[in-house]
Amino acid sequence: MSKILFKKRLSQDVYLMRLEAPLIAEEREAGQFIMLQVDNDYGERIPLTIADADKEEGSITIIFQVVGKSTDELSKMVEGDNVPTLVGPLGTPTHIENFGRVVCVGGGIGVAPLHPIAQALKNAGNHVTIIIGARNKELIILEEEMKAIADEFIVCTDDGSYGRKDLVTAPLKEECEKSPKPDLAIAIGPPVMMKFCALTTKPYDVHTLVSLNTIMVDGTGMCGGCRVDVGGVVKFVCVDGPEFDGHKVDFDNMISRLNSYKAIERKDHDCHLEKAANEKEGQL
Amino acid sequence: MSHQSPEMLAEKAKELLVEYLARYDEMKPKEKMAIPAQPMREQDPDVRNKNLEEVAIGYTMEQARVEAMRCLQCKKQQCVADCPVEIDIPEFIKHVANGDIQTAIDVIKRTSLLPAICGRVCPQEAQCQMNCTVGKGLKDVNQAVAIGRLERFVADWEREQGVVKIPDVKPETGKKVAVVGSGPAGLVVAADVRREGHDVTMYEAFHKLGGVMRYGIPEFRLPNSIIDQELDTLDKMGVKIQTNFVVGRTRKLVDLIEKDGFDAVFLGTGAGLPIFMGIEGENLVGVFSANEYLTRANLMRAYDKDFADTPIYPSKNVAVVGGGNVAMDAARMAKRLGAENVYVIYRRTENEMPARNEEIHHAKEEGIQFHFLRNPKKIFGTEDGRVKAIEVTKFELGEPDASGRRRPIAIPGSEYIMDVDTVLVSIGNGSNPLISRTTPDMKVNKWGNITVDESQKTSMNKIYAGGDIVLGAATVILAMGEGRRAAAAINKQLKEEIEAGK
Repeated sequence: MSKILFKKRLSQDVYLMRLEAPLIAEEREAGQFIMLQVDNDYGERIPLTIADADKEEGSITIIFQVVGKSTDELSKMVEGDNVPTLVGPLGTPTHIENFGRVVCVGGGIGVAPLHPIAQALKNAGNHVTIIIGARNKELIILEEEMKAIADEFIVCTDDGSYGRKDLVTAPLKEECEKSPKPDLAIAIGPPVMMKFCALTTKPYDVHTLVSLNTIMVDGTGMCGGCRVDVGGVVKFVCVDGPEFDGHKVDFDNMISRLNSYKAIERKDHDCHLEKAANEKEGQL
Repeated sequence: MSHQSPEMLAEKAKELLVEYLARYDEMKPKEKMAIPAQPMREQDPDVRNKNLEEVAIGYTMEQARVEAMRCLQCKKQQCVADCPVEIDIPEFIKHVANGDIQTAIDVIKRTSLLPAICGRVCPQEAQCQMNCTVGKGLKDVNQAVAIGRLERFVADWEREQGVVKIPDVKPETGKKVAVVGSGPAGLVVAADVRREGHDVTMYEAFHKLGGVMRYGIPEFRLPNSIIDQELDTLDKMGVKIQTNFVVGRTRKLVDLIEKDGFDAVFLGTGAGLPIFMGIEGENLVGVFSANEYLTRANLMRAYDKDFADTPIYPSKNVAVVGGGNVAMDAARMAKRLGAENVYVIYRRTENEMPARNEEIHHAKEEGIQFHFLRNPKKIFGTEDGRVKAIEVTKFELGEPDASGRRRPIAIPGSEYIMDVDTVLVSIGNGSNPLISRTTPDMKVNKWGNITVDESQKTSMNKIYAGGDIVLGAATVILAMGEGRRAAAAINKQLKEEIEAGK
């Protein structure tokens, strides 16, 4: 059980929460994630990346977007409420060293997991260029925090409502063309964005890491629901990842697997909302 | 044998009991062997394959007593020798025959903590019932005294009385033991070590306790209420419980000893990493490990479609690949979740199947279709990446291999295609890498299983291991047997430390 210490809405559908989790705060390293459930009996286990941790307070920060029933219910919980199931830190931490020049690319909610990695890379002495992007100005998160880490900082939006009117791949390409080229690129965001970031850096032979957020049940290597094809080999995101060589990941297969339950989830989501609405009416 | 109604079986046993009671004391072995074996009362196959309730309803008191009368009370007691936890079987059965169920349960509990579970899921035909004199005499292992059913009856009787006896706990010793994993091995260690007065904390990665008994074995074979009952006993004995805790990640294994002051640790983390076939199409949407499918349905309650948030893939035609108990569970669960056709694809014949006969029999009754001497070659998908068919190759049996089973050999050119929308892969598990990857000093074998000595001690001081993390995929009772050995070794280590004044 983890108490919600702080909650803030970052944009229309995006929330930040600080959760009481002293052991996770103690052990977590950049790149790791947690699994949580909003209901111990019937809740779904969802993986969320740890955006930050405070050892002194004994807390971790998660940032999540409302995409289905579980995240919707989580977003409705308030400070002082308890999240019944929270387990972690899971996954293999990011390998951090002084690579030299690193480009970090974050798309939408992906900026949240990117933040601790960028921070760790900066602390290790890297020259860090940060590119963040979103569909529009409203969906840009953690701009100040990322700016504070970055040696160079670029914001873009798809609709031009803020920063450059571009996809993140455009400034990424420019970075690859500079001399010397980056020693490492890290791209975290929607699957399609990561796919195109990897395609962008490939011709320049810039090693590119991506952090995958697949469907998981246990998150500890028991179910295999999170498996992805990396260079023709089956890997489990929960224990072998979540970070992989973006040039080797079969993104198309991963994207189709992410949609495994699309049809049912939509129905469930509506159905639950409908039920809630009916219940309310009944009370009136 | 066709399904017999539970009411009829109960009635028949009533008559038989009256008849045999009158002359039980004078009965010769030959007469006892002529007592008809009592079939388990079961739900009708066509009803149960649409519900999650337990298949086996259990014996009535009369059935249990008649069945117990079949026991010859042999001097040799081969059944005890074949039981991994050495329950005094003839003794408890004698009390059942006499109708003294309280004494029967007391006898069982001297050596087994979990009779309600073991009575349900132990492979008795390969253990206590395998060399039963009655079964041998009647030349059919299925005619052996139904020890497992009797054990279950006795355990259920105690629970239904509403007073389950809590084992005595010796005075606190001040020694601390961590048990990692709350499956069958961990439960036994927790109980055996706690009985000696040591402080026990049990760590579980999931939000619910029970390990494979909760996430893997379905409700229709082992109801959650039974597991809850056994866990309640541990709770009452004073075992501390910590769920949502992944040793290796939430806390390093060595930190439990170096920082948290545990005097010993038992690792019962279970199997991990499901094995896939490595064939084309295996990452299509609609291909699942049996682990994932069963965990969704059982632990996450996806069968309860109106309430559960965890979705389960809607299937019409399902291929289950493999021939073990897990494959049977997955197949029968798929049927219960609404699949019209469920095919079990196995590359050898029914004789070589590792699943228990009872499970195979139940699966057949429920309408599961078996395709023997077949193995998948390729899975075909639709344009949007979903399973639409599976290509299988026909096999024939050749010479025996290292396991003593005849080796299956592919017949060239025999491939054909079956229309399926779901493939459940149930061909085994690798080892869970969490402990070994986060504990560099831990010695593991080439399959990643933790290596232990005869007392279940690992290569690291004060750390023991047992169950599937050592054995690979095995059974509940074998895990319990390992847990028992480990607990004895831990208790010995702690006793020596106390005596040495440490």
